Amino acid sequence: MEATKVLDAKGLACPMPIVKTKKAMAELNAGEVLEVHATDQGAKSDLTAWAKAGGHELVKDTDEGDVLKFWLKKGE
Amino acid sequence: MTEKKKTTIVLFSGDYDKAMAAYIIANGAAAYDHEVTIFHTFWGLNALRKDNQVAVKKGFLEKMFGKMMPRGADKMGLSKMNYMGMGPKMIKSVMKKHNAMPLPQLVEMAQEQDVKLIACTMTMDLLGLQKEELLDDLEYGGVAAYIGDAQDGNVNLFI
Repeated sequence: MEATKVLDAKGLACPMPIVKTKKAMAELNAGEVLEVHATDQGAKSDLTAWAKAGGHELVKDTDEGDVLKFWLKKGE
Repeated sequence: MTEKKKTTIVLFSGDYDKAMAAYIIANGAAAYDHEVTIFHTFWGLNALRKDNQVAVKKGFLEKMFGKMMPRGADKMGLSKMNYMGMGPKMIKSVMKKHNAMPLPQLVEMAQEQDVKLIACTMTMDLLGLQKEELLDDLEYGGVAAYIGDAQDGNVNLFI
């Protein structure tokens, strides 16, 4: 999937992945996609809930061993 | 989007671990686009102290309080397993290993995210803390200032 921007949040612990994701997302326009890489195992639940509350769409996520990847489409 | 949601937290505790939990929640809520307020009262005020000594005029009791309480977030003890200061040293080294953010940086991050930090003026008087001794960019108020934010809050915690 084509991402407009990639955020490397690997090695960061709660609450940093979500704080950084919010900052990165603020720089995108509606419809653009942010790709997030994280190693915090709570990131799946965190980003899913965060995206839902903020009106964004979690388009896809993968789990490659230690690294979790997420593709978030910015909402209106 | 609709009007912003609000998270309000009363930080009463002066324990490093409890303050850390409060500030993690505050930063998370700010990332959720909430308007966040932390109302610091009693021992929670110590999280806002500057770590250097500030020359201010004080009475004897206030001076004693000032000396006995932790000067700044980094000096606070743990609520459990403090062991005369060994506990905080251990937990800070574990935090470093796991890349968890130390409390002083969490406070900084909260300020960057426009979390409203209120210092309770009544307890500042009791503990003899003056504005000069606390961080910059704080708000000062009492219970009404807190209720004003909390009454239409969505998340409200007392820590």
